[in-house]
Amino acid sequence: MESYRSKIFVLTELRDGGFHPISFELLGKGREIAERLGGELCAIVMGNQVGKDACMELIYYGADKVFLYNSELFSGPNIINFKHNLVRLVEEEKPDIFLVGATHFGRSLAPRVAAALKTGLTADCIDLEVDEKGELIQIRPAFTGNILAHIKTKTKPVMTTVRYKVMNACPRNSKRRGAVIVKEAEEPRERNVKFVGKYGTRKLNIADAEVIVSGGRGLGSPDGFNLLKELADLLGGVVGSSRTPVDEGWISKEHQVGFSGNTVKPKLYIACGISGSPQHLAGMKDSETIIAINVDPSAPIFKVADYGIVGDLYEVIPLLIKEIKARKVRKC
Amino acid sequence: MTLKIIVLIKQVPDIEKVRFDVETGRIDRSSAPAEINPFDLNALEAAAQIKEKVGGYIIALSMGPPQAVSSLKDAMARGADEAILLEDKKFAGADTWATSYTLAGAIKKIGEYDIILCGEKTVDGDTGQVGAEVAEQLSIPHVYYVSKIVDVSDKNIVVVSEMNDASYTIEATYPVLVSVTKDVNKPRLPTLKDKLRAMKSDVKVWHAADLEGIIDLNCVGYFGSPTNVHKVVIPQERFREGKIFRSVNEGLENILNVLVKKRLI
Ligand SMILES: Cc1cc2nc3c(=O)[nH]c(=O)nc-3n(C[C@H](O)[C@H](O)[C@H](O)COP(=O)(O)OP(=O)(O)OC[C@H]3O[C@@H](n4cnc5c(N)ncnc54)[C@H](O)[C@@H]3O)c2cc1C
Ligand SMILES: Nc1ncnc2c1ncn2[C@@H]1O[C@H](COP(=O)(O)O)[C@@H](O)[C@H]1O
Repeated sequence: MESYRSKIFVLTELRDGGFHPISFELLGKGREIAERLGGELCAIVMGNQVGKDACMELIYYGADKVFLYNSELFSGPNIINFKHNLVRLVEEEKPDIFLVGATHFGRSLAPRVAAALKTGLTADCIDLEVDEKGELIQIRPAFTGNILAHIKTKTKPVMTTVRYKVMNACPRNSKRRGAVIVKEAEEPRERNVKFVGKYGTRKLNIADAEVIVSGGRGLGSPDGFNLLKELADLLGGVVGSSRTPVDEGWISKEHQVGFSGNTVKPKLYIACGISGSPQHLAGMKDSETIIAINVDPSAPIFKVADYGIVGDLYEVIPLLIKEIKARKVRKC
Repeated sequence: MTLKIIVLIKQVPDIEKVRFDVETGRIDRSSAPAEINPFDLNALEAAAQIKEKVGGYIIALSMGPPQAVSSLKDAMARGADEAILLEDKKFAGADTWATSYTLAGAIKKIGEYDIILCGEKTVDGDTGQVGAEVAEQLSIPHVYYVSKIVDVSDKNIVVVSEMNDASYTIEATYPVLVSVTKDVNKPRLPTLKDKLRAMKSDVKVWHAADLEGIIDLNCVGYFGSPTNVHKVVIPQERFREGKIFRSVNEGLENILNVLVKKRLI
């Protein structure tokens, strides 16, 4: 029996039968912390009909142990069912650190678990470090992304939600060994809400896109998005938006990037007719490369841009589209 | 029967104006006017609409410094019938756990209620945790990321909640906590008459002693907080090329090179 000096929990998330990539990112960071602290890394799977084989993947990606729950209770995002069973597991296993993805689901669930356990929770972290005392420093943006707060927790477990796409998964290693422990789910007695059904499915998950062509008020009308769509299609990307076009009803809200929309981190972000308000920047300033097109040379978006054109988007984008098409033809 | 609705609001600095000291990471709150957290305006508007539909009594509840009275008056202009400020030196420096513990204590003192409404998150704390933590402290269910109120009666409320890849229709009986996003409605501006009426009405102020016996006063504020901010820094901006072109042709050439380098064309 190996003995560990600490225990780290990672809550995985299931999506369409598989694990959401945030699960592997959390395991990557969890592994790093476990190595630093001499800790045991435990993944928690709460689903319905998840096989043990699928759980082995979590071990290949860094977990030492997997707690597997299969129950109807977890077939929908019913927060109280998850909370009840997580609180029980924490009370049995007494982890020191507990990482949850900062998805809608995670951000709705984690505070409930933390409050029930009377422990601290740090939201939406973009980095986690272990200091010389072996304590976890949780780094998160606050004030709409204007500052980064370094936070420490006095209580156990130290709980955090971690932003998608900021941590790196470990490489898969199918030689890793670990145990899958099957757990029984318990139905909570608490009064609960009733899930009537699905209202809609998100057609677009902009946070997953590698290329985003975004438009703002500078488009002047909803038609402008047709032009952006043409460019996005040519680049294998999707269309994004600042808040203004969403509020104006030019485009649906799943396209919105920013503080009250989606946080994105694509390889390429092209901002067209967007001024670059702090709330917009909060959602996209960590993109790998940023290109801005704006008529106003003093627009703040140029401060975060790698490349920018001071010009009318209705002149620049059609030229860009024409050039890309011409090159594609030449390649054939 | 009329519904009793509690709306949680926080006073925050206007984020467009607030200044930060780059050296120390200090936030100069005096550099910007204070206002109701923008997302909480959606919560207030939702309460006002529910009241219009089925009848109700709205209490705006906030924890904050004495100046927050002005935001509570603003809440009254926007439809609140009553406003309570939790103000005490002991409450200062609270993290989300201690904030929700204190708010939950005040809600227990208020007594009966049907719906608690809150905003998606604050523009300063920016955690979105306080709502769900309040619900847990009160042992009532919560629904987060509500983008639409489909129906409401004196017995239940039906809402749409955005969850990851899908949105769900959820029905809840009372009491329940509902956290709304900015998509739920467009907050109205108060009329001059509303503003004048609100100016004349009173905001109740409750101090720590008023919650004695309901909550443990060792668990509030900075000392009751399980987390603390150990350092604040202004984020190091990523290195950016910063090549801005006034000539469209030159700019296009550079952009095309980026697209080639990234193997996008
Ligand atoms: C609580 C809160 C949350 C918010 N959340 C978000 C959020 O999530 N996302 C978000 O984006 N905003 C958000 N906002 C709104 C934000 O403050 C700004 O109002 C918004 O980002 C501005 O959008 P814009 O850049 O498209 O418009 P504007 O600021 O009006 O900028 C339009 C730009 O287009 C340029 N332009 C005009 N015509 C052309 C042309 N033909 N060619 C090229 N350029 C042109 C102009 O020079 C200008 O710079 C939020 C605000 C609050 C208070
Ligand atoms: N000090 C406070 N007083 C009253 N309500 C608050 C307070 N802090 C947060 N809230 C409520 O909780 C929501 C989420 O806040 P936060 O967790 O700080 O992002 C806010 O939109 C408010 O509705």
